Parts: sequence; C-alpha cells; structure tokens
Amino acid sequence: MSERSERSDYQQHGEVTLTVNGAPRRATVPVRRLLSDFLRHDLGLTGTHVGCEHGVCGCCTVLLDGAPVRSCLLLAVTVAGHEVTTVEGLTDPDGTLHPVQQAFVECHGLQCGFCTPGFLTTTAAFLAERPDPDEKEIVEAISGNLCRCTGYQNIVKSVRRAAELLADRADQISPAGLAQP
Amino acid sequence: MTTRLFGAPIQRKEDPRLVTGNGRYLDDLTGDALAAAFVRSPHAHARIVDIDVTDALAVDGVLAIYTYEDLDGRVAEPLPLLIPHPGLTHPKTAYPLAKELVHHVGEAVAMVVATDRYLAEDAAELIRVDYDPLPAVIGVAAAKRAERLVHPDVPGNVAGHVVQERGDAREEIIAAPHTLLLSLSVERSASMPLEGRGVVAREDPGGILRIYTSTQASTSVRAALAAKLDLPLDRVEVVAPDVGGGFGVKIVHPWPEEVLVPWAARRLGRAVGWTEDRREHFVSSAHEREQEHLVNVGFDADGRILGLDVQVWHDNGAYIPYGLIVPIITTTQLLGPYKPRAYRAEFWSLYTSTVIVTPYRGAGRPQGAFAMERTMDAIADYLGLDRAEVRARNFIQPDEMPYEQGLTFQDGRPLTYDSGDYPALLEKLKKLIGWDEFETFRAQARAQGRKVGIGIGCYVEGTGVGPYEGGHVLVEPSGRVRVATGLTSQGQGHQTAFAQIVADELGVPFDSVEVVTGDTRRFRYSIGTFASRAAVMSGNAVALAARAVKDKALRIAGDALEVDPADLEIVDGVVRVKGDPQASIELKTVAVLANPLRYAFDEAAQVATQFAKGDISKPPIGEDDEPGLEATDYYSPLRSTFAAGMHAAIVETDPQTADIRVLRYAVVHDCGNVVNPRILEGQIHGGVAQGVGGALYERMAYDASGQLLNASFMDFLMPYATEVPRVEIDHMETPSPLNPLGIKGAGEAGVIPGMAVFASAIEDAEGFVLSRMPISPSELYHLRVRHARGKVVSLRRAEVGNPEESA
Repeated sequence: MSERSERSDYQQHGEVTLTVNGAPRRATVPVRRLLSDFLRHDLGLTGTHVGCEHGVCGCCTVLLDGAPVRSCLLLAVTVAGHEVTTVEGLTDPDGTLHPVQQAFVECHGLQCGFCTPGFLTTTAAFLAERPDPDEKEIVEAISGNLCRCTGYQNIVKSVRRAAELLADRADQISPAGLAQP
Repeated sequence: MTTRLFGAPIQRKEDPRLVTGNGRYLDDLTGDALAAAFVRSPHAHARIVDIDVTDALAVDGVLAIYTYEDLDGRVAEPLPLLIPHPGLTHPKTAYPLAKELVHHVGEAVAMVVATDRYLAEDAAELIRVDYDPLPAVIGVAAAKRAERLVHPDVPGNVAGHVVQERGDAREEIIAAPHTLLLSLSVERSASMPLEGRGVVAREDPGGILRIYTSTQASTSVRAALAAKLDLPLDRVEVVAPDVGGGFGVKIVHPWPEEVLVPWAARRLGRAVGWTEDRREHFVSSAHEREQEHLVNVGFDADGRILGLDVQVWHDNGAYIPYGLIVPIITTTQLLGPYKPRAYRAEFWSLYTSTVIVTPYRGAGRPQGAFAMERTMDAIADYLGLDRAEVRARNFIQPDEMPYEQGLTFQDGRPLTYDSGDYPALLEKLKKLIGWDEFETFRAQARAQGRKVGIGIGCYVEGTGVGPYEGGHVLVEPSGRVRVATGLTSQGQGHQTAFAQIVADELGVPFDSVEVVTGDTRRFRYSIGTFASRAAVMSGNAVALAARAVKDKALRIAGDALEVDPADLEIVDGVVRVKGDPQASIELKTVAVLANPLRYAFDEAAQVATQFAKGDISKPPIGEDDEPGLEATDYYSPLRSTFAAGMHAAIVETDPQTADIRVLRYAVVHDCGNVVNPRILEGQIHGGVAQGVGGALYERMAYDASGQLLNASFMDFLMPYATEVPRVEIDHMETPSPLNPLGIKGAGEAGVIPGMAVFASAIEDAEGFVLSRMPISPSELYHLRVRHARGKVVSLRRAEVGNPEESA
C-alpha cells in the first residue's frame, strides 16, 4: 500500500483569454488541458459532454467562432483569443430556449440527453448557414454525431422544426457566437 | 373536466433541463473530488509476477496507489454473484483488483488516486506490471473444445448447463414427416451508452457515505456497498443522477470501480471520483450477443412445428456475475408467438478470456428470435410456402390466452403469456409493409437489374419482471405533488410518464407533479431498471400509491366539508362535491389538515393547529392512521407480462459491391395500454437503430490472443443518422390482465427482431442461406463467391426461380 501527502506542482501552464458564451474569461491552465475539460471543469460549463475523447461521437461539439468543433480534440490554450459557444450559450439570457433547443423538446429529439448538446450546437451552426434544408441535407449535417437512444428519426424531425422556428424568428438577432448566414 | 393524461403524447418534463446543458450526469458531480485512474491488464490471461509503483509514486499530485494486496475486509473478496441458479455450477466473479491472475484484457490491476485525472493517468502509465502470459481461450469454438481452460478448476470451461423441456421434442422430431438442422451464430456487440460508467463518493463528517453512480440499480448498489464496506445501510446513500444511457450494461453492480472508489474515499477521508473513458468501456465493462445455436426441427407438410430441439453455446466472458440470465432468456423467449408441440432447450454457458457478458437491450432475445425466425424461414423455403403463412400457422391464437409454454422464465416463474393477438399483428404488418405486393416490386426491380428482398421477424417479449417496485406520493401543503420511486432512469422519460399516471389518478395538474427516481434517500426499496420493466412496475406502484393518497384526501375532505367521501371528486387539485363544485376544498388545504399541528409554520398551516375547529371526541390522529397526505405502495406481479411485435424490412443489395441498403423498415407492436405514445415511439426508434447496428455493423473483433482490435468509435461501427432507416410504425393495444394499468413493457422491443429481419431480407434478395449475424458488405460479397462455388446452400425458391408464390 502506498499513500502519501498531496503535492501539487503541475506541468507547464499557459494563460488562456477567450470569450465563452459572450463573456470574457481568463484562466491559467496546464498546456495539455483539453478544451472539453477546460470548459467543464475549469469554467463549470458541464453542458458540454465527453463521449469518446477521440473526436468521433460529437457529444463535445462546441462552436468556435461560430463553426462546430470537437472540444475533446483541441487544447484549451490553442483557442486563446477566440469565441466559444457551448450549449449553455444557445439559450437567451432571459432563459428563452433557442429555437433549436425548443424544437428538440417539441419533437422528442432526445432521450438520455447525453449526446444532445453536440447535436444542438451542430444544428445551430448548420441552420445558420443553411436555413431551409431538405431531409438529405439534414441527415448529412448530423451524420458526424452519434446518438444511442433515439434512432435519429426524431432528431431529423427536430432539425426540420428548428428551421421553421428560426424562420418565424427571422427578424431577430442570432445568438452570440453564431455565424451569420 | 381534466383531460386524461394517460395515453397522451405529452412533451417530456426532463427536456428543458437537458437541452440547456443543465443535466447533471456523473462527471458533472465530481467537483473537487480526487480523481482515480486504473492500470488494466494488456493480456487476456496472465499471472501477475510483480507490480512496481516506485516511479508512479514520484508523480506530483498522486495520493495513493492500491493493488490487490492493499484491499481489506470484504473488499478483498470476489464481487458478488448477483443471480445464483441451480444450473450455474461453476460461478466465478472477479476481484475488485486482480489477485495473482488476470482473465481478460482490461481487467483492473491497480488503482491510482491523484489530485487530477491527468496526473492519475500519468502515474498509471508509470506503474510497471510484470506479467507471465498464459494461453487465452477466445470464442465459443475454443471454449467448447476446452483444450485450454479459462479457470483451471472449471472443467470444460462450462460455468452452467440448463435443460428445459416440454413434451418429448426429440421423439416428435424422429416421427415428423420433415426435419431440418440449422447451425446459427451471432457475434458480440455491446450496449455502448454514450456516457460510460462512473462513480463519485464522499463520506461526510457525520459518517454518511454518499455515492453517485451511473447505474441502473441504485438501491442494489447501496445494499452491495453496505455489505462490502461493512456499514449499516442507513450510513450509505446511493444516487443515480442523470444517466447518459444504459441499455443493460449499467444493471451490473457493484462494478470493481463502484466498490473501490467509495472504499478509497473513506480511506483517504476525501471525495474520490472516477469517470470511465471510452477505451475502458470497451475492454472493462460488458458485452453481449455471442452465441452458437444448433436447431433441430421436425414439422408437418403444412409447416406446423411438431418438435423443436435447440442447443445453445453461450460465451459468458471471463466471469459470470449476472448469472445465466442471457441464455435463459434466449432459450425461453425463442418460442416467440409460436406453439411447437414439443420443445427442448439446452444451453451451456462457457467461459472465455474476454470481458464479461451481461444483458444488453434485448438480453438474449435477439439471438432467440434470430434462431426461431431463421427456422421459420427455412421451413417455408423447404415446403415452398409463404414465410408469413408458415408463421401464422404456428401462432398461439388469441382464444388460447393465457397460454402456458410449460417452461420456467427468467424470473423463476412459469412462462405463461398473459394476452396478445398475433394473427391481428401479422395482418397489420403485412398491410403496413405491403407484403402481398412485394413480388410485383421485386419484378420491377429485377427488370432494372436490382436485387431486393423482404424479410420478417416476430417476437414475444416477457416484460415487467418482478419481484416488485414501490412508489411514494406526497401532497405538500404548497400543493406540489412529490413522487418517488426507487428504480432509475436512463432516458426513458420516467419523470414524465409517472407524472402523467399520478396526475390522472390523483386529479391534479401535470405541472404540479415532480418525480424523483433512483435516489435511495427518497425511496429505499427497489430492484432496478432492466427487462422493459419500469413502466409496468413503477407505473403501477405510483398509481397504487396515488390511489391511497386520493382515498385519504377524500376522507379528510369529507370530514372538513361534512359530506360522504363517496360524493367527492378531485379535479385540477380541488376536492369538490360531485355535481356541486361550490362545495370544495383545495387539495393543498387537505394536505395541511392531514398533519395536525401544534405550531403553525405559515398562515395556511393555522387551520391544522390545535385550537382550530376539529372533532374533540376523537384523537387528532386516528388508530391506524398517519400524519401527512402521503402514501407508499408496492406493485408485485404474479409473473411477467408479455408484449409482442413483428417487424419487416425491404433491403436492396448492390449486385457489384454487395452494399446493403435498407429501403423500408416497418414495425407493428403491442405493449398493452400506452402511457405516452411519443415516448413509446422513441423507444421503438432507438431499439430499431440498435437492431440495425447489430445486424449490419457492430461486432467486437477479438483476435486469437484476446486483444480487442476495434476498441474505439473509429473501428466499432455504431450507426449514424445515415445508417438508420425511417421506421414506419403501427400499434395495437391488448391490455395486460396482470396489472391495474393494463400495461406491458416496451423498452427492448425495437431491437429484438433486427438480426432476424435483416437475415430474412438479405437471404431473400440473394437467394442463398444466411446463418450468421452481423453481416457486412464484404462478408456478403464473400458469401456470393462461396455460393457461386457451391459452398453456400441456395434457397429452394431461388433454384425454382419462383419465389413466394405457393401459399
């Protein structure tokens, strides 16, 4: 048996200054810290989930300057100066759901909810670029994200519904961090 | 009048929280906990010669490193055998950390606790384990040959052997006009939830050990940990937070990590957490599905089965904590909607040097359905009959219900079907998929040089297995209705479905009902979420508890309003006299009155204090009565309830590349009364997707030395949106007579006939016999080559060139 007292000099650290969900954030983190771990454990934004840590499942998808990226494949220090939007940032400050979030609720586009943040961020970016997609384009857009619960049918339906809701809100301003069409 | 919620496609209560990133999954709860990481065996079978932790201890931030030698008390004993069975003659379970020997790649050998997961993994990499490799036993064939043993004291690698028989199947087969022998096999897949396992434990200064764990059975984890750590039950609290999918794998407990993390937390006096990573999930959680089946069937000229003799060799992996459940389910549920005159089932559960095998959604049924439905297709082809017609001729008829199959089911009770209408289901399916019109479509496709095929698969699923679940319903003086049940949730929408049931039973608004599941602080007695049982078991339990609360509310309101409780009703949270809505009292006021007070805690509470109006001739709390507007009740069924369904698929196989495309997928399904059709449909969609994965994509590729070659999402092919067909669904509702709500389970249904349906359809497209699942395009291509060389048997109907016309 081997137990010992705690020591805590980590490896090399780096400073990260970036914008997360519209707010400036600054932190000093080990240079090897993944963006996903940084968001979840340093910033407390646990809505971003980690399903595989090798970039395949898409649970950890966040928007980097409006474009979807796998936060488990990025080091936090490499996104300094950039703008990150997580699932928490899709919601309006007053708590109003983003049309994509609303659509997933309406269409039963989630079951356990673990993969959902990745689908929501992916869909938000997709619809910002392609506001009126057909089914084939929708399937293509979400085909980089794994879901083990829903069989995708209601996710496809949710994306279509989100496009409708977004069209209804067309005059309003897009949420922070999303690319303009 | 309040609209009835039972049966309505209500939106889920869970979702606003989950879509905003406010879910609370296991790894979200680690806080400042220390992080654990594990050193796992790289060998499938080896003796541990030495473990050197010197370099690892030098890593900054490491607090402790444990090996088997450090374990104490009952933690040093093997993990429990969860489900003993008389046929399980040689049970073996793992130690939390390997003791001298490792039996599969991924078995935990050492545990590191550090201030941070990165550092814990750094240290784990520096632990040097010296192994003396031993020969591995991989696959059913090797296990069966038993030239090498997984455990030296288990002869023949046989963990268990069970025979069940009704009638004399072998005699029937000998006497039958026709017989067929089929050898059928299924490879490994796994539940593969997107959230792996995980556990966080902390002991508070008062000595309460609280454990959050991503489990399907929090109450059983509590009992197991109290026993392992030798703690009184009331000092252990186990909570299943939001769970990111289970599909069976999280019903196993306690996992090695589930014991070690709380043990280390107590030892170090600090919170400790561990979150499984994906590779760990592949090599150290659990798999399922791999089985070999030998089917001997005798039948008459009409295709009616006279004798069915099935032998099954089940690969249970290196240990068998969950007992013989999977092969028991295969051999009992194999019968589906059919009634062979005589049936014999025999299985051997075999050890191999691989990760353990425990139920994955369907739990042995997909293999059973595959074996049975392949047999039906073979009989139809042999006799030149329509495949649907042969099935219909073997169906149990609605007027034969309840139907006794004469076997013992997985709950230890008789395999007796409670209700169902299989002929009607088949008619619905044929209509939905256009069964009778398919030959026209095939002819058109053929004219275009395309190969298409249609397949069918039927199943009956025993759901809602006991022994029991309970429910607690409490009406608070605020009017909030708090509901608790012990079983856990992994995405099935229990907070919604149970709220629908309670709101209806009690007569309160849906929004006033809050449901908590899987928290032993709120409900202590429970079994767990598995076997499509949650809606049946806890649904009925919360309904019964709500009825008891309603009875009490009416009695108290009757006293207050000075009317007969029989004349009262509760509508929208108000107790009122039927036909005289003015004479009423709010349910929340009844909740106040239900608890006679000395001290008013707010203005509303004053009506219940001692100088307020009341009958002074009686004690404030009557004999056999209790304070509070709340009740607990339990639902414990006599036996399981049996849902049924039938699926059909139309596939197209590319004549050149052997690519397999699903053109249509149709499902008809009967799970009794439906609580929430939206949730039910979601369950079916998800099940079908796993059926597609199991039939066409997913397999665990072990090499001969026991290395899992595809232990990542890059190589283990789970379906994306591009691989899953749109599912067309039609329902029937044949209520179960066994429970008050008339419901049957639905969670596993979608996945069960997947392999059977695709084998049936691909075989139909190709014209030669398929006997192994899953099947990839390259395997189909090789089968074509072998078929062309005469090494794969043609379908008779393909040789005649006159398919599906003789019914």
